Amino acid sequence: MTQKLIIIGAGMASGRALEQLLEADPNAYDVTLFNAEPRGNYNRIMLSPVLSGEKTYDEIVTHSAEWYEANGVTCRFGERVANVDRARKVVVAENGDELPYDKLLFGTGSNPFIIPMPGHDLEGVIAYRDLEDTELMMSMNDSNKVVVIGGGLLGLEAAAGMAARGVDVTVVHIMGHLMERQLDEAAGYLLRKALVDKGITVRCQANSKQILGENGKVRALQLDDGTELPCDLLVMAVGIRPNVKLAQDVGLAVGKGIHVDDQMLTSDADILAVGECVEHDGAIFGLVAPLYDQAKVAAQTLLNEHATFVQKEISTKLKVTGCDLFSAGDFAEGEDREDIVFRDPARGVYRRLVLKDNKIIGAVMYGDTADSNWFFGMIKDGTDIADMRETLIFGPAYQGGTPMDPLAAVAALPDDAEICGCNGISKGQIVAAINAGANTLDAVKATSKAGSSCGSCVGLVTQVLGITLGDEFKMPEKETVCKCTDQSHDDVRKLIIAKQLKSIPQIMQELDWNSPGGCHVCRPALNYYLVCAWPGEEVDDGKSRFINERVHANIQKDGTYSVVPRMLGGITTPNELRAIADAADKFNVPTVKVTGGQRIDLLGVKKEDLPAIWYDLGEAGMMSGQAYAKGLRTVKTCVGTDHCRFGTQDSTGLGIKIESEMWGAWSPHKFKLAVTGCPRNCAEATCKDLGIICVDSGYQILVGGAAGLDLLEAELLITVKTEQEAIDVSCAFYQLYREGAQYLHRPYKWIAKVGLDWVKEQVADDLENRAALAERFRYSQQFYQVDPWAERARKGVDAHEFTPLADFTKVAAE
Amino acid sequence: MTDFIDIGHITDIPVQGARLVRTQRGDIAVFRTASGNFYAVDEYLEDKAGPLSNGIQHGEMVTDPMRNWVFDLATGEAQGADEGRVATYDLKIAEGRILLATAAIANQVAAE
Repeated sequence: MTQKLIIIGAGMASGRALEQLLEADPNAYDVTLFNAEPRGNYNRIMLSPVLSGEKTYDEIVTHSAEWYEANGVTCRFGERVANVDRARKVVVAENGDELPYDKLLFGTGSNPFIIPMPGHDLEGVIAYRDLEDTELMMSMNDSNKVVVIGGGLLGLEAAAGMAARGVDVTVVHIMGHLMERQLDEAAGYLLRKALVDKGITVRCQANSKQILGENGKVRALQLDDGTELPCDLLVMAVGIRPNVKLAQDVGLAVGKGIHVDDQMLTSDADILAVGECVEHDGAIFGLVAPLYDQAKVAAQTLLNEHATFVQKEISTKLKVTGCDLFSAGDFAEGEDREDIVFRDPARGVYRRLVLKDNKIIGAVMYGDTADSNWFFGMIKDGTDIADMRETLIFGPAYQGGTPMDPLAAVAALPDDAEICGCNGISKGQIVAAINAGANTLDAVKATSKAGSSCGSCVGLVTQVLGITLGDEFKMPEKETVCKCTDQSHDDVRKLIIAKQLKSIPQIMQELDWNSPGGCHVCRPALNYYLVCAWPGEEVDDGKSRFINERVHANIQKDGTYSVVPRMLGGITTPNELRAIADAADKFNVPTVKVTGGQRIDLLGVKKEDLPAIWYDLGEAGMMSGQAYAKGLRTVKTCVGTDHCRFGTQDSTGLGIKIESEMWGAWSPHKFKLAVTGCPRNCAEATCKDLGIICVDSGYQILVGGAAGLDLLEAELLITVKTEQEAIDVSCAFYQLYREGAQYLHRPYKWIAKVGLDWVKEQVADDLENRAALAERFRYSQQFYQVDPWAERARKGVDAHEFTPLADFTKVAAE
Repeated sequence: MTDFIDIGHITDIPVQGARLVRTQRGDIAVFRTASGNFYAVDEYLEDKAGPLSNGIQHGEMVTDPMRNWVFDLATGEAQGADEGRVATYDLKIAEGRILLATAAIANQVAAE
C-alpha cells in the first residue's frame, strides 16, 4: 500500500527533497504539501534579480501548478498547519481537516529577525524574505528614499536592487565593514567603493536607535548619534531565525533549530526535517548548497536507503551586478596560518588565501572571481599546495608562469601625474627624459630636474626608470615603511596625494599592501599621512593611533597617565594654579612636576579619572597641552622686554602668538619651539626644532636643533625684521616638515636628508612658496584646533576608552 | 561544563579596539578584531608587557604599547624573538552579547 507523506512548507529544501523522492520512486508515497505562502516552490535566492528587474517572478518559479499536478502532489497553499498529533499520526490543518500520515517532513524554513527597537511595528518596516517584500521594494522609484539595516548578503542585494530602480538607498551597518562574516576589511572596502559608485550611501559602525513614524507610517531611522535618515520604506535584513514554533509546540527536540541526526530524522523517527529550520550538530544553515545535500539525504531516508548528511565547506557569492566577490572557508588570522595577498589596484582586484599546513583553508576574492571554483575545490579537497605556492595566488592559468610585476601601482599612474612636486615634473616628462637617453637616476635628475631638489620623490623616479627600461635597469634597495609593503614612506606620501587616497584600507588596496590589515608600524604612519594630506575630511582613524594620542594623555609605566594643561608661552595665572592644585587634591595626584617645557605635569592619574580631571581644568579655562602628541608641544620663552634689562624684543608675546597659532597641529614627530629675548638664550632656543633668537635688528630663526638622543645645535634658516615675518616663516617651516618628513623623524633627521639649503630655498628665498606653505598650514589648523580634552570631558567622545566594560571587583567576595 | 557571564554587547567594543574587565584577580582585556572575532586575555604579563588593552590591535594580534611586543590574541603567545605568554580566557558570542567564562573572573584560577 502506498504510504502517506505530508510536507509542511514548500521551500527550496523541501522542494528538492520532493524532486529527489519522485525521481527515485514516484509511487512510494502519496504526497500532500502545505505552504503558508499562497504559492508553490520558487527559487527564493533569485528574488534579488527579480528586485533589480533582471528577471521576472515567472522565471524563478521552480515548481509550477502543472508540475505538482503531473506528479500527483496534493497542494494546500495559503494554508497553515495548526497542529500535529504525533500519537495518532495526524496533521491538523487550519480549517480543522485531519490528515493521517506515515511520514512527516518539516520544511518550515526561517523567519527574518526583526530588531525589536522602538518603531519596528510601523507600516513600511519590512524584512526581505518573500515575494510580498520584494514587490513592496519594487514599488519604490526615484522619488523615494529607502534605508536598509544590515550590510550582509541579503541587505546589500536589496539595496543594489532598489538602487538599480533609481531609489535613493542608504545602508546602515553596525559592524566596521560590509559583509564582515564573509569578507575581510580590504575586500569590504572594495565592495563599499563599488556600491557607492552605484549611488548607494553606506554607513558602517552605525547603531540604529529607533524608527520614527508619522501617522503610523515609517518616516525616518534615527541613529544613536542623533542622525536622522529619512525614508519611505525601511528594510531590515539583519539575519534569520529557524522557524521552530510548530515543531516546538508538538514536542520535537528543538535547540536553535529542529534537532536532526545525520539521516535528517528528528527526535520522532517518523518525522524528518530539512532546510533553514534544522539544527545539525550545533550548526544552522542559511545558504543553499548544504540544504540541497540535506534534501537528498532526507529523500533517501524516506526510501529506507542509508544516507548520511555531512557538513561541508561552503562558499558565498554576492548577486549584485558589477560586484564580483567570493568568500569561502575560514579567513581569520592566526599564529599557525599564513596569508598570501594579491592586489591589482588598477583593476580593483583583491585576492587573499589563508594557508595552514600547506593547505588552503580560506579564500576571499574581489573583482575577479573567475578562479574561485579552482580555489574552492582545493579548500574542499585539502590539496597540498607546497609545490605551487609561489604562483598559487595567480590561479590555475599561471601555474608554472612568472610572478606579477611589483611596480604595478606606479605603472598605473597617468602620464600627467606629478611625480616631483618641487619642480613640477610629471611622470610623462620623466618617461620622455628616459626615452631620450637618461638611463640612470642621476641622468634623469640632470635632464628633467625630477628628484633634484628635496629628493623625496627619488623612489618614484626610480620606479619609473624601472618600468620604462625594464630589465636594463637594476632597482636599488630602498627602505620600506614596514614588512607589509614594498613602498617607502616618501612614495606612500606622494601616492596618497596623486591617487587621492583617503582611508587606510584604500591605501592598502591601491598601494598593494601584502598584509590584510597592516600592523602597528604602518598604521600610525598612514594615519598621520592622511591627517596631513586631507585636512577637513574625516580621515583620522583613532584605532590606528598610539595609546597616548588615542586617550590624550601620556601612559606611565604603572598604567596611570600624566596630564599636562597648555600654558601658552609658559605663562600662567594664580587662578590656573589654584585649579591645578584643586584638581591634584581632588584626584589624589601623587606627583606634581614642573616640566622642561615650562608647564605643570600631574603624574599618576587613573585612566577612568581623565575626563573628570579635564573637566575641572577646563572649567578654569585650560585645555590640553598635547604633551603626548606627535605634534606641536610647547613654545618656551624668556620674559623678554617686559621685565629683563637685556631683552631686545617681546619674546614672551611672540611665543604666545606662535603657540596660539600652532597648537593642535599633528606632525611626523613632536615639535618643540622656543623664543628667547636676546643671545644669552635663557629659553634655550638653540637646541629646539625651531628656535627664535631676538636681536636688536629683528629675529633670527634657527631650525633642526636636538637635545635628546642626538645633540645638535640648530642652524640659522633666516633673519627677519618683523614679528609677523617670524610667525609666517615658523608656520611655513612647520608645514614643509609636516608635508615632507617621514613619520617619526624629527626635523633634524628630515633636514639631514633633504639638506638645509633646499629648506632655505623653499621657506627663506621663495616668498611665494613661503606664503603658500603658511596658508596651507592655516587652512589645516581650522580643523585641528579643537581641544580634545573638552570633547571627551564634555561631549562624551570616545567614552569607551575610559570606562571598563564590566567590573567584577565590587561583587561581594563569597 | 563551562559557565559564562554576560559582560556586554558586541558593539560596546569598537572594531580593532579593546575594553577592560576588572576582576578581583586583576584586569582582563577583551578585544574585537576587524574580522569580527573576540578574545579575552590578561591585561598584563607581569614585568614584561601590558596594559595590552591600550595597544594597537591588528590582524588577530595586539602590540604592547610599552615595549612593542606583539601577542597572538588566540594563543596569548608573544611573537617573533620575544618569549612569553599572556593568559587567555574562553569567551563566546550569543545573540550579540559577549559571554566570558566565569572561571576568568573567579577568585582563584580553576585547577586544570
